[in-house]
Amino acid sequence: MEFNATLLGQAITFAILVWFTMKFVWPPLTNMMDERAKRIADGLAAAERGKQDLEAAEKRVADELRTAKQQATEIMLAAEKRASQIVEEAKEAARTEGAKLLADAKGQIDQEVLRAKEALREQVAELAVVGAEKILRREIDAAKHADLLASIKAEL
Amino acid sequence: MASNATEYIKHHLTFWNSDPSAGFWSFHVDTFSVSLLLGFVFAGIFALVARRARLENPGRLQLFVEMVVDMVDTQVKEIFHGKSKVIAPLALTIFCWIFLMNAMDLLPVDLLPWIAQNVGAALGHDPHHVYLRVVPSADVNATFAMSLSVMICIIGFSISAKGLGGWGKELLTTPFHAHGTVMKVILAPINFAFQMIELLAKPISLSLRLFGNMYSGELIFILIALLPWGFQWILGAPWAIFHILVITLQAFVFMMLTIVYLSLAVESH
Repeated sequence: MEFNATLLGQAITFAILVWFTMKFVWPPLTNMMDERAKRIADGLAAAERGKQDLEAAEKRVADELRTAKQQATEIMLAAEKRASQIVEEAKEAARTEGAKLLADAKGQIDQEVLRAKEALREQVAELAVVGAEKILRREIDAAKHADLLASIKAEL
Repeated sequence: MASNATEYIKHHLTFWNSDPSAGFWSFHVDTFSVSLLLGFVFAGIFALVARRARLENPGRLQLFVEMVVDMVDTQVKEIFHGKSKVIAPLALTIFCWIFLMNAMDLLPVDLLPWIAQNVGAALGHDPHHVYLRVVPSADVNATFAMSLSVMICIIGFSISAKGLGGWGKELLTTPFHAHGTVMKVILAPINFAFQMIELLAKPISLSLRLFGNMYSGELIFILIALLPWGFQWILGAPWAIFHILVITLQAFVFMMLTIVYLSLAVESH
C-alpha cells in the first residue's frame, strides 16, 4: 500500500465523471424514462376509456335497435288497424250506398206503381164517368151534375 | 521456479510509477490512465445513449443503459428520502466506474503487461522494468480517492441538511446524550471522538473492502497463471466465473453503502 499523487488524480477524475453524469447522462435519461412511463400510463388510460366508450356505444346501439323495432311493430299494427278500418269503412259505405240505391229503386218502383195505379184509376174513373155519362146522358145535365161527377172522380 | 515465481508475482504487483524516487508526488501511470480510459468508456457510452435516447422503440444498448439507470434510481429512491440532484448520478458513476475497473480483472492476467513489455522493448526500454497493473481498483489510491470523495460528500450533505451549527452540535451531543451542563461538557469530547471514528471508518471500510477483494482476486489470477498452461483452466475458469459475481457485487456494495451513508448524513438522529 503506497499512497501518492495518484489519489488526487483519481479524485479529480472521479469528480469530473460525477459532474459529467450529473449534467449530461442522468437528467436526459430519467426525463425520457419518466415521460415514457407517463405516456404508457396515458395510453392505458385512453385504452380503458375507449373500451368504456365502446361499451356505452354498444349499449346505446342495442337500445336504439330495440326502440326502432318497437316503433316498427307499432307502426305495422297501426297500419293493419288502419287498413282493416278502411276496408270496414269501404264495406259500410258500399252497404249504405247499396241500401240507398235499393231504397231509391224501391221508391221509384212504388212511384211507378202508384202512378200506374193513378193512371189506371183515372182511366177507370173516366171510363166509369164516360160510362155513367153515356148511361145518364139523357137524364143528367153535365153542368148540373158536374160537382157530383167530380166527387165520384175523386173517390175513384 | 521458486525465485522465478517470486519474480513473476513481484513484477505483476509493481505499479508503473512515474518517478519512484519522488515519494508522494509520483503517479501510478497505469492506474490513472486505465481508470481514466474506463471513465471515458462509461461517460461516452452513457452520454451517447442519453443524447440519442428515444422514447419509443429503444435499441438494445439503450435498454441496457436504462436498466442500469433504473436500478440505481430505484435504490436511491428506496434509501435516500431527501432531495438531491447529486446522489443518483454519483451512485450511477460509482457503480459503473467501479464495475469497469473491476472487470479489468477478467482480462488475461498477462495480456496487457506482455503487450506493454513488448512496446517498451521496442521503444528501447528494459522489458524487465516495464510495469503495468491493469486493475485500477486493486490500487488503494483509486479506492481511497473514491471513498474519501464520498466522505467529503457526507460532510457536505450533513452541513447542507443541518447547517454548520446543527452538524457541529450533533458531533458533540450524539451518540451519548446528557441533561446537565456539566455532563454535556464532559461527554462532548467523547461524543466527538466517536463521531470522528464513525466518519473515518466509513471511507476506510469502503475502500479497503473493494481494494481487498480486487487485490486478492488479481493475486489468485497471478497464482493460477503460474500453473502449467494445460491445467490453468481447471482453476482459472471457475475463478473467473465466480469473479463476475464478485466484481458486480463489489461495485454494487460500494454504491449502496454510499447511498446509505449519504442518507444517514441528511437524516437527523
